[in-house]
Amino acid sequence: MVQVAMTVNGKAVSANVDSRTLLVQFLRENLRLTGTHVGCDTSQCGACVVHVDGKAIKSCTTLAVACEGASVTTIEGLAHGTKLHPMQQAFQDNHGLQCGFCTPGMIMTAVDLVNRKGNALDEATIRHELEGNICRCTGYHNIVKSIAQGAREMATQPQAAE
Amino acid sequence: MSATGLGASVKRKEDIRFITGKGRYVDDINRPGQAHAYFLRSPHAHATIDKIDASAALASPGVAAVFTGQDIADDKLGGLICGWMIHSKDGSPMKAGAHPVLAQGKVRYVGDHVAVVIADTLSQARDAAEKIVVDYGVLPAVADPAKAVGGPNIHDAAPDNTVYNWHLGDKAATDAAFASAAHVTKLDLVNNRLIPNPMEPRAAVGDYDSGTDTITLYTTSQNPHVARLVLSAFIGLAPEHKFRVIAPDVGGGFGSKIFIYAEETVCAWAARKIDRPVKWTSDRTEAFLSDAHGRDHVTHAEVALDAAGKVTGLRVHTIANMGAYLSTFASSVPTYLYATLLSGQYNIPAIYAEVDAVYTTTAPVDAYRGAGRPEASFVVERLIEMAARETGRDPAEFRRQNFITQFPHQTPVIMAYDIGNFAGALDKALEHADYKGLPARKAASAAKGKLRGAGFSAFIEACGIAPSAAVGSLGAGVGLWESAEVRVNPIGTVEILTGSHSHGQSHETTFAQLVSERLGISIDNVSIVHGDTDKVQMGMGTYGSRSGAVGMSAISKALDKIEAKAKKVAGHVLEAAESDIEFKDGKFTVKGTDKAIDFASVALQAYVAHKFNGQELEPGLKESAFWDPTNFTFPAGVHICEVEIDPDTGIVTVERYTAVDDFGKLINPMVVHGQVHGGIAQGIGQALMEGAKYDEDGQLVTASYMDYTMPRADSLPSFTVDTIETACPSNPLGIKGCGEAGAIASPPAVINAITDALGHEDIAMPATPVAVWRAAQKRPRLAAE
Amino acid sequence: MHAFEYAAPASVADAAAALANEDAKVLAGGQTLLPTMKQRLAAPSVLVDLRKIDGLSGISREGDALVIGAMTRHADVAASKVVQDAIPGLAALAALIGDPAVRHRGTIGGSLANNDPAADYPAAALALGATIVTNKREIAAGDFFKGLFETALEDGEIITKVKFPLPEKSAYEKFRNPASRYAMVGVFVAKTKAGVRVAVTGAGSSGVFRHAAMEAALAGNFSPAAIAGVKTDASGLLSDLHGDADYRAHLVGVMARRAVEAAA
Repeated sequence: MVQVAMTVNGKAVSANVDSRTLLVQFLRENLRLTGTHVGCDTSQCGACVVHVDGKAIKSCTTLAVACEGASVTTIEGLAHGTKLHPMQQAFQDNHGLQCGFCTPGMIMTAVDLVNRKGNALDEATIRHELEGNICRCTGYHNIVKSIAQGAREMATQPQAAE
Repeated sequence: MSATGLGASVKRKEDIRFITGKGRYVDDINRPGQAHAYFLRSPHAHATIDKIDASAALASPGVAAVFTGQDIADDKLGGLICGWMIHSKDGSPMKAGAHPVLAQGKVRYVGDHVAVVIADTLSQARDAAEKIVVDYGVLPAVADPAKAVGGPNIHDAAPDNTVYNWHLGDKAATDAAFASAAHVTKLDLVNNRLIPNPMEPRAAVGDYDSGTDTITLYTTSQNPHVARLVLSAFIGLAPEHKFRVIAPDVGGGFGSKIFIYAEETVCAWAARKIDRPVKWTSDRTEAFLSDAHGRDHVTHAEVALDAAGKVTGLRVHTIANMGAYLSTFASSVPTYLYATLLSGQYNIPAIYAEVDAVYTTTAPVDAYRGAGRPEASFVVERLIEMAARETGRDPAEFRRQNFITQFPHQTPVIMAYDIGNFAGALDKALEHADYKGLPARKAASAAKGKLRGAGFSAFIEACGIAPSAAVGSLGAGVGLWESAEVRVNPIGTVEILTGSHSHGQSHETTFAQLVSERLGISIDNVSIVHGDTDKVQMGMGTYGSRSGAVGMSAISKALDKIEAKAKKVAGHVLEAAESDIEFKDGKFTVKGTDKAIDFASVALQAYVAHKFNGQELEPGLKESAFWDPTNFTFPAGVHICEVEIDPDTGIVTVERYTAVDDFGKLINPMVVHGQVHGGIAQGIGQALMEGAKYDEDGQLVTASYMDYTMPRADSLPSFTVDTIETACPSNPLGIKGCGEAGAIASPPAVINAITDALGHEDIAMPATPVAVWRAAQKRPRLAAE
Repeated sequence: MHAFEYAAPASVADAAAALANEDAKVLAGGQTLLPTMKQRLAAPSVLVDLRKIDGLSGISREGDALVIGAMTRHADVAASKVVQDAIPGLAALAALIGDPAVRHRGTIGGSLANNDPAADYPAAALALGATIVTNKREIAAGDFFKGLFETALEDGEIITKVKFPLPEKSAYEKFRNPASRYAMVGVFVAKTKAGVRVAVTGAGSSGVFRHAAMEAALAGNFSPAAIAGVKTDASGLLSDLHGDADYRAHLVGVMARRAVEAAA
């Protein structure tokens, strides 16, 4: 067992874990933050995307112990109280989700995308940047619309630093 | 139309929990003291199990139990069932091989369940499973359905691997049509095998309460009541009143979560056996191996035309792969869900279909989004497109010439189409797709060294699966009605209990819209309760695009009763005759007066019960209904796909995709469009990318996202989606199912576009880059250009 | 995955010592190793995580070379102005690896050390004539790649940085495996003072290789036309579900022409 400590959604957390514990298992099982999902075994589907030190990563392909000292943001940490993050709001406004399973990873990927590529995103850029996130319900049509809106609105609504 | 009533694109209520990470899926559920199950699966496609030595596994750290098929047999648990009886041409019943929950003496596909290890942690269970020694006697495999007959015998019950030889239609009349045809178009095709891949893998938690001798099973099900019925009545796990099944948030199903599988059966059974909760969550590889697959037909089809271009006959022979066992509804898919749609949108006087269903050493095949109807539309729409091309006719006008225009229309293959406007959809689609501009776009592509083409699909399907008596006469083991209960609380809020189950379909919003419309209350004051057999008494679940047409109709019927009862209460409160009470916009008024009372006040009065005699009028406001419609619903439409091919690489880019569908009246256009988008994406996936491949040894080659190509955002365009409306006459809401249409319509549209671009018909699904590159090197056809 | 011991040493020397354990493995970004371990296809006894070692990541120009630390993430290479100016083909290549989240974790050192036949970086290293610097020595790229998942690295040897000589022109064109998005065929073309080099990844049945016939054809005339007629022998190429050797051989030509066009 290995001791690991990190900051998750602004809160200091620590635990003794089996070294093989993946970050996603640590979040879901130790912290009961079950919004981060596991949809595949090969690092392809993106349902597990969270931010580590402000960057989108796949928490199913990251050891918890390797996040010692890191700052982790999950889907549960995105809204400010009851005020949704503009990207979350955009997904609801544009029907960017159906079953909801891929959605947390999509939203976390989308926020990271805007952080890297800015607020004016064309369709081709959004589609290309989603190559690590699989959705089986929406055909991506409304996800693309959601992200374009969320990106625009992130410009007008300042975000807290992660 | 109110802002939240019928026809409004209301934003979804359920979204809030999903976008904040508060959805509650089965894998999010943990019970105190829970153990974890890991299934040891067969590495062989076909083998006898000569010996299982689990002693080392049992001694492994954290292991609570190891069970094999023998333990299941010792407990006299029944096998997994197929609930739809099909009879062969000769009248004999289908040959259903035994489907044990855990393998007994033999395994029949890679991934078949050999044993289960239950331990404190999943890692411990998996570590222990590696210590189980199984002696296999490896037998030859057969994965290709066309080679199943005469292949290695898989079930004693089916000596030549044939499940049934079934047929439908008038052979003599069809042969006569072909004998006198001016032109016959022939087609050999494979409808490629698909793996459903909802993003949430299947999962189950079995929990046993020894105090009440009750099992609770949390499971990723599209139809928890059917699961309980099967597990109770056929497998014999526990009587229904001692058995609760809960399907909470479920992350997509597409058919694959209809069925009753070994894993949830074992979790429920083992929880009682070891008196401890047992959890299993599939990983993606397990999902590839053991979720029921879809499609997998090998077909020869022909269509006959007279000299004027009128379709006079259609005949089809299909070999359908059932996999190693008959899954829950497998037998119905290539028969009554397939051949009954072979008339398409066309007036075809004679149709004859033969279907041979076979066993192979592959995962079971069952319903996947569309289930039989995509296979039918692919046959019909490829044939029609080719017939037009072969006879030098415009594919749009050739379709129009043969469209059914008078309704109701009785096809030669059971279905009676109730209503439609096929030409209306075609006209609108041609306009949206700018079909007139196609030649110029083709020329522009050619100037860049690219090939461009457009393809049509004028599909029809039968969904809203019901009525019970009709499906019963065709072999269904269950009725296909739906139930609803409307509970009005004393303060006027409403709970709707439904037997439908949402795993992405938006019921919490659309069902609330119906209540809002009918009772004049806010959708915020309506909650939808589903997916729990302790709350909802009975229901048939969600598949076959039936939640709207059947499920909402049941709610509508229950709301009729609520309204009638509420009027009685209002009459007493307002001191007026019941017949003088009118109900509109949430208010009860007395005809010709200004006396009024709102819905919430009537609800309170119903429970306070001071204003009426409890002997004449029962207190309370709660009503239930079961709805069994008079027919399927028949959504139809025209899809036009336009592709550009890079002949250097074989990459196909879908440049435009236009869908104009008739779903009758729309409850929530935003949601309907979303359903169409998703269906189209799955259909484009089938046409261009997806295909399950087994090798000669029966190993699944495409067992992860590294090899099975999923549609991603950058492999699809945005879609142009529109609707026309002919109100469905067989339900009170005038609606037709919309969940599967996209997946049914799109594969032939895509392949017709590719073959148009290539100039020849020789391309199979999936039209992968390598396949298209090869096809692009063939000389284009010369006829009829 | 199987159980293992986790170590996160603070120096290369300590890491090398930790690697002395039998079946110890280096953990860099983990984007290939961890999925492999999850499927129980790899079961190291000790994982030696390099993340705490200072000085293993970073990008700099050193004279006529671009130097990239072994732990530098793909995303940082892709976004680096220094890389974009010095070797635009390399920045473009890094932007095509995996997906955005994978690029935030995956490292150049990990990619080279793993030498997956479908990885992208080996093509750049070979075409650009890179030098792989380890805790023990410097290895020319031409000597480094030894076939499928095999490299010249010895036990306990850790890549610390990679030195890329600056080319005059370079570009990378990738045909992605439709499912995995790995390279089915990736061609890196570099025009340097020493001549033209064409390296092909994804296609070879023994990993990344140089395309001598194309290099010869491009030496005198660095244009797509020069290699239009150059055939690629399919006999040494991979065949799988997504494309047989003939198709890959054809794609090598297409990707090479497109790379030359992009570089020119």
